[in-house]
Amino acid sequence: MITVNRVRRAFYLDSVALMRHSRVLAGMDGVAEAAMMMGTPANQAIMREAGLLDMDAASAQGGDLIIGVRADTQAAAEAAVEEAARRLDQASTQITREEEWRPRSIRTAVAAAADTNLALISVPGAFAAAEARKAVRRGLHAMIFSDNVPLDEEISLKQEARDCGLLVMGPDCGTSIINGVPLAFANRVPNGNIAIVGASGTGIQEVSCLIAAADSGVTHAIGVGGRDMTDAVGGLSTIMALDLLEHDSGTDHIVIISKPPSQSVARKVIESVAESSKSFTICFIGAGSLELPPNAQFAGTLKSAALLAVGREPDDLALPTPRIAPKGRERIRGLFSGGTLCAEAQIVLSNLGRQVVSNAPVPGAMADTDAKDADRLIDLGADEYTQGRPHPMIDPSVRDAELKAALTDSSVAVILLDVVIGFGAHDDPAGHLAHLLDGAQGDAPLVIASVTGTEDDPQCRSSQAAKLERAGVLIAPSNADAAALALACLNR
Amino acid sequence: MDVIEQANRAAVDRMFAADPVLVDVIPAVEAIGFLAEGHKILHAGPPVDWSRMCGPMRGAVAGIAVFEGWAGDLEEAAAMAADGAFEFHPNHHFGTVGPMTGLTTRSQPVMVVANRAFGNLSYCTINEGLGKVMRFGGNDEEVLARLRWLRDVAGPLLAEALRSGEGIALKGLIARGLGMGDEMHQRNIACSSLLVRELAPALARTSTDRERLGELLQFMSGNDQFFLNVGMATGKAIMDPVRDIEASSIVTAMSRNGTDFGITVSGTGDRWFTAPVEMPEGLYFPGFTEADSNPDMGDSTIVETMGLGGFAMGASPAVAGFVGAGAASEAANFTRNMTEITYDSNPEWTIPAMDYLGVPSGIDIRRVVETGIVPTINTGIAHKEPGIGQIGAGVVTAPMACFTQAVHALAEQLGVS
Repeated sequence: MITVNRVRRAFYLDSVALMRHSRVLAGMDGVAEAAMMMGTPANQAIMREAGLLDMDAASAQGGDLIIGVRADTQAAAEAAVEEAARRLDQASTQITREEEWRPRSIRTAVAAAADTNLALISVPGAFAAAEARKAVRRGLHAMIFSDNVPLDEEISLKQEARDCGLLVMGPDCGTSIINGVPLAFANRVPNGNIAIVGASGTGIQEVSCLIAAADSGVTHAIGVGGRDMTDAVGGLSTIMALDLLEHDSGTDHIVIISKPPSQSVARKVIESVAESSKSFTICFIGAGSLELPPNAQFAGTLKSAALLAVGREPDDLALPTPRIAPKGRERIRGLFSGGTLCAEAQIVLSNLGRQVVSNAPVPGAMADTDAKDADRLIDLGADEYTQGRPHPMIDPSVRDAELKAALTDSSVAVILLDVVIGFGAHDDPAGHLAHLLDGAQGDAPLVIASVTGTEDDPQCRSSQAAKLERAGVLIAPSNADAAALALACLNR
Repeated sequence: MDVIEQANRAAVDRMFAADPVLVDVIPAVEAIGFLAEGHKILHAGPPVDWSRMCGPMRGAVAGIAVFEGWAGDLEEAAAMAADGAFEFHPNHHFGTVGPMTGLTTRSQPVMVVANRAFGNLSYCTINEGLGKVMRFGGNDEEVLARLRWLRDVAGPLLAEALRSGEGIALKGLIARGLGMGDEMHQRNIACSSLLVRELAPALARTSTDRERLGELLQFMSGNDQFFLNVGMATGKAIMDPVRDIEASSIVTAMSRNGTDFGITVSGTGDRWFTAPVEMPEGLYFPGFTEADSNPDMGDSTIVETMGLGGFAMGASPAVAGFVGAGAASEAANFTRNMTEITYDSNPEWTIPAMDYLGVPSGIDIRRVVETGIVPTINTGIAHKEPGIGQIGAGVVTAPMACFTQAVHALAEQLGVS
């Protein structure tokens, strides 16, 4: 063992800084122990006990810096002393960017930003209502992304919020846009004069993106959660959202999107609509036509809801030229990541006279069987596909197995896909699909897809569409159009 | 809920209304009459007996028994301790605190801090300096000689100087220290210097022996941690009036004995909630590693309890370097994290570099449990064997189990299920 000392006369560094340097030196190859300390008597005693001090260094004073190294070889010791010298001679010029502090509770988040008025809550369902209550009691609107919130909690929370004039979006609210700010799974949509209130995340995404594609924009898109328009919850959040939008001067027109609600909730919503000064488009997907007040019009699909909202004809068709699907096959297979997109496609095909089965059937469709004489549309976001794995919008590989099976199924003429992009979604779902389709056989089914998204989304709608087109996919301008186009290709 | 909120407001108002003043130095037996009879030893942390004491605590016990003349040497002292010859009690039960092993016995001098707003007194021994010292378990002749010098020279000199004036007001002194880079647990250099500046004129006037005065001034000037014990007595003086406020969930003491970590809570009085103490993470003196270190120890966490130490890391960025790869620029985040678990920010003790953020004050056990964030504590690290002393310094956290027990106990007391 060799001990080497160096003394820097009249050189001061803070003890914590020196301890940190010492730790680095002590970790160098061949070094048994190393320290850099100011030469006070107490420090010299510590170094002597550690066998790091020879006679020369012991003459150092309190204002002198002592470097002491004990190492296997002279070379190792010298290398450590050199490193010490290098560290002493080079003042740090590094600018470390301070890590931004993130509040861990609603209380401190509000304290740090006093003008906060909305909390987005994404915690395990058992705790979500408690957190939302904390938000409401601080005067914040709450968006609850979490699912598995007990129904009675949802009801009491929404009642408490309503009494405070606050909005609870969700639970299980995947999509909102407030004042142009996308929250959770949402798209970058231009500002405009249309508001959306919806019980469905992908429904809101499709309608807001089609509004954007029609060169219009939205003020707010308010998700209310899938259970809000059931009898049990009674549309508490929907009514609160309509109240708030009634007083929003930027909003002229309001689109309401839901599965067909219970009769009592439908009546409540329509009453509220009748009293409003705004105009409305009511999209109860799969419902028959409704009796509506004069300021409201009915839309049966997301596409027609968007078209009506921007003042166009609901059946405005701008389909690309159909291609010929493989002859001798009859069936359409739909593989959807968006539940409401799956529902919309079922309705379009049913309305066009097709027999449809689904794991999530709309009125008029049948529950899923292996019936070969029906079009089979699958919602891959349903629980049976997402138990213990991410939603297909986040992880597109959830669709892989079904897609591979459909590509080699000799009864399938057309495969129908939705591609949902935007914030929260996978960063390249089209690329993933294109890769999979590359290996398809020459006689594989025709693939038709729509891309729910905008040009301003991180993934960019047109570049996602281009990737799919290069992989031989026929792109429709909307999800409903994709379903109609599928049939057009069959009928050629 | 409202009952607890109001109780906590009252608790933190008492903290902020405190007026701690260093007024005297007296033999411990004069401060604590209980020490007069028998072989009584006050120690840091919640109650612990010899059989469960860690190495450095045992080393200190042996040393102090020799110092008090109860045993002829360290071996005899240890044998007596094992035999039950000494009575052990926590400092906290007698208005007292002590750093690390924190032993207080009858003939040691203690500094007296008076909380003039509430009339209570608190005590702490005089800081021994760095190196081999009793608070880290040191007990050789050098350690004992220093204790005798503190008893015979430093204590009486300081006492005379303090008695000649109105005492030294500590709240403003600490406020200035915060602005100068102290967090009052691991860094006390500014406050130590300010204290010497305050004491020097009176010492010069009252001392009749220049040689001894020189020794004392040199001792204080050479001890960057001299103020630690004053700050601890300040913490005790501030937190004792916060005890016993019905329904309050504010922590009144955090303390460790090297075996257990214990807390007391205002609404549950003097009841200790304990859990096994954790190991500090830090930097070591040459020749020592984590393998040598003793679990966390001392009453010094009273400093964090009043909002300083780990809670005021932002005032003392260098201290952040003790933690892992901690950059000094991250120090402020330690302080901000503590705002998650405290009731309020101290309007007088502020951190200039954090835009005069008041130090987070009044640890609320409910918020600790709710957020999962436990108090951050800056600490020294002792060798696990008796007689060796300090081997490093670092940061440690309070065990969550203390806080969950306390929440359950308070809930039970308030009839909340």
